[in-house]
Amino acid sequence: MADLTTTFAGIKSPNPFWLASAPPTDKAYNVIRAYEAGWGGVVWKTLGEAGPPVVNVNGPRYGALHGADRRVIGFNNIELITDRPLELNLREIKQVKRDWKDRALVVSLMVPCEEEAWKAILRQVEETEADGVELNFGCPHGMSERGMGSAVGQVPDYVEMVTRWCKQHSRMPVIVKLTPNISDIRAPARAAKRGGADAVSLINTINSIIGVDLDAMTIAPSTDGKGTHGGYCGPAVKPIAMNMVAEIARDAETRGLPISGIGGVTTWRDAAEFMTLGAGNVQVCTAAMVYGFRIVEEMITGLSEWMDGRGYTSTADFVGGAIPNVTDWQYLNLDYAVKARIDQDKCISCGRCHIACEDTSHQAITAMVDGKRRFEVIDEECVGCNLCASVCPIADCITMEPIAGIDPRTGREVGHGYSNWTTHPNNPNRKAAE
Amino acid sequence: MAMAEQVGGACPKGAKASPIEFDLHAPLTGHQARVEAERCYYCYDAPCTTACPTSIDIPLFIRQISTGNDLGAAKTILDSNIMGAMCARVCPTEQLCEQACVRNTAEDKPVTIGLLQRHATDVLLNDGRQLYAAGAPTGKRVAIVGAGPAGLACAHALARLGHAVTIFEGRAKSGGLNEYGIAAYKAVGGIAAREVDYILGVGEIEVKHDTRLGRDISLDLLRSQFDAVFLGMGLGGVNAIGIPGEDLAGVEDAVGFIAALRQGVPAPVGRRVVVIGGGMTAIDVAVQARLLGAEDVTIAYRGAESAMKASPYEREVARVRDVRIKTGLRPKAILGEAGKVTAVEFTYADGRDETCTIPADQVFKAVGQRFLAGDGASTLALEGGRIAVDEGRATSLPGVFAGGDCVAGGQDLTVTAVEDGKIAALSIDSYLRA
Repeated sequence: MADLTTTFAGIKSPNPFWLASAPPTDKAYNVIRAYEAGWGGVVWKTLGEAGPPVVNVNGPRYGALHGADRRVIGFNNIELITDRPLELNLREIKQVKRDWKDRALVVSLMVPCEEEAWKAILRQVEETEADGVELNFGCPHGMSERGMGSAVGQVPDYVEMVTRWCKQHSRMPVIVKLTPNISDIRAPARAAKRGGADAVSLINTINSIIGVDLDAMTIAPSTDGKGTHGGYCGPAVKPIAMNMVAEIARDAETRGLPISGIGGVTTWRDAAEFMTLGAGNVQVCTAAMVYGFRIVEEMITGLSEWMDGRGYTSTADFVGGAIPNVTDWQYLNLDYAVKARIDQDKCISCGRCHIACEDTSHQAITAMVDGKRRFEVIDEECVGCNLCASVCPIADCITMEPIAGIDPRTGREVGHGYSNWTTHPNNPNRKAAE
Repeated sequence: MAMAEQVGGACPKGAKASPIEFDLHAPLTGHQARVEAERCYYCYDAPCTTACPTSIDIPLFIRQISTGNDLGAAKTILDSNIMGAMCARVCPTEQLCEQACVRNTAEDKPVTIGLLQRHATDVLLNDGRQLYAAGAPTGKRVAIVGAGPAGLACAHALARLGHAVTIFEGRAKSGGLNEYGIAAYKAVGGIAAREVDYILGVGEIEVKHDTRLGRDISLDLLRSQFDAVFLGMGLGGVNAIGIPGEDLAGVEDAVGFIAALRQGVPAPVGRRVVVIGGGMTAIDVAVQARLLGAEDVTIAYRGAESAMKASPYEREVARVRDVRIKTGLRPKAILGEAGKVTAVEFTYADGRDETCTIPADQVFKAVGQRFLAGDGASTLALEGGRIAVDEGRATSLPGVFAGGDCVAGGQDLTVTAVEDGKIAALSIDSYLRA
């Protein structure tokens, strides 16, 4: 069995599956249950400054976007940082770390943008012997109205400044958690690096309205008839998160900066995808909240099986493995062409490929052949767009197969060489072919 | 057992399994309906719709259920088939829409279209909202003979087109076979009568009960008093087997037994019951007898099982209730003592020079029904003993149309009778407006 041990920003854990800072990590009871279930680490739910803790609404805090059979596809929340006293959290953190030395325990922090405030809480966290801190620059709701969370994360200068304070006033590894509610994720990531961050983690939740109650004319979750935007997460945000992780992983300025991948990780496969895009580990919240802590068993065994099959002995063997193949559009090979191929033995004749192509794409799939219901690709029309394969309900029934020779659609020779937009004759800014 | 579930072994949650309340197709709960609706692939040019004799837009109504629009789903169904509620219960869906479902190809498990149709139509009938109204009056009057599925469907469509309709029904109640000829376990809760009420709720339809063609009224009279006539009187005659002993006490017509049971007339069952026949009625009476407490029920059919008109599904319904199906047995005589049946003697269809006897204290004859042309339709051209009609359901007499079981070429199904009524109504409308 592959060794899943990881060292992330200097923090060791028996596997790369951490629980993200969120309700599942709000107190010792939950964290101990998580460790018992097998989680490699947790990021304790965000602590605020000393004094009376924040309060949460007493109405619903969560809302869900459901798919077939009420599967939770997206999830949002309006919960704030921990509403338990700081001292209680610190006491529990210290005890839990003492009892679970082999597991990672990182503490998430969010205090006002003042050096003294950060200095004070860092000292207190250090005393717990926690493994590190994560700076919550991400929360998009509630705390951001008070100048914290994403209000900091959206201003790269603040990110850099606070990160620098934390590095100055602590010997602990500092992970900077980034908000996706920004146009270019590389800016805050670069700022974190300039400030001395040991790692970044992303994404935090996305600003969202999860649904509208059409009877009450309010949004969900609703508190006494009024709603506010919440933080969106769950499987639906994974593609957004993966792009942001990859952007940082392949950016010249931040290359090599450890990344903790967060956003819709539900299965071992999700984790492996994030990791091949440069994440050293992953953090999970929604999947645990939907299914319970035991899902980590599937993640551990699944990742391990996959690594064994690929001959990987440690996670370092594949972290960032896909990054060399993430590029800009302008470098994609325009001499490469595929055609859809429908496996007639697998086809169940639902016709979805046909109607999708017919109504919205390139009219490249038949509905009828020789008077019979039959779906076949018309190579002369097929642009290889992958829509048909995307809507087909049967896995691997429609595949996109590379062609070589004359493309019957364009009449042009394809499939042998490499040429991209930078040298394409239609590009007014093309460079001279070399 | 999975098989038992497939053949309607379940009772609705909380329902008493009393023999007369037993519901072969227990309704889906709202949750079950949503889950099942999510299974529909929303096929292009959907094979289920093509397979439906009334061409219900099945993908649309299922999609409406999945979005919580049950009333909209019901309207989609009724727009094509005004008897959608009964058809959901009595249609051989396993040979029509559900057989065509593409889910069969990959999983051998179609979307349970019949149950979803029942769900939507139940919601509408419970809601009571009237979706249809009579059209602007044309001043034309149409006579309809028979308040069965064909006649009611025709009447409803004509009323919507603005024609005044009078239905002449020989029995005391409307509904035809839905009311008198379908096993009780397929029509619990007075659904047949409730559906009739809903259909008549469109307005401009008058029903005269206990008025039989050939006895109380004549075709000539109807032709002279109305602008057009539709005949949908079904099959008036019950076939006799033509063997000694048919007049013994304990020998009954299956049709009469089912009708009595449906009308709440006490219908005692024996301990050992033999049903002679191989169609739906044979199954209905056999299963009904078992449910009412008969210990030993045998269906004896003269041909091979594959030649039985009862579908494989219907046969399974019987078998899981311990009904024995014996094939290749030709009835030779019904035996008795003191004027009461004691057994049925059979010869073998394979020509063996032997006989066998099956002990019985009750024998049901279910060897089919026939059209009685003498009952007022003797001036019409017949084909194979039933009324000959063209594609538009016009008979050989101008202004006289026909549909349902009394016309040639039918499948003796409620759903095809409804389609006949629909088509005839359009033809009558064209005829009246010409």
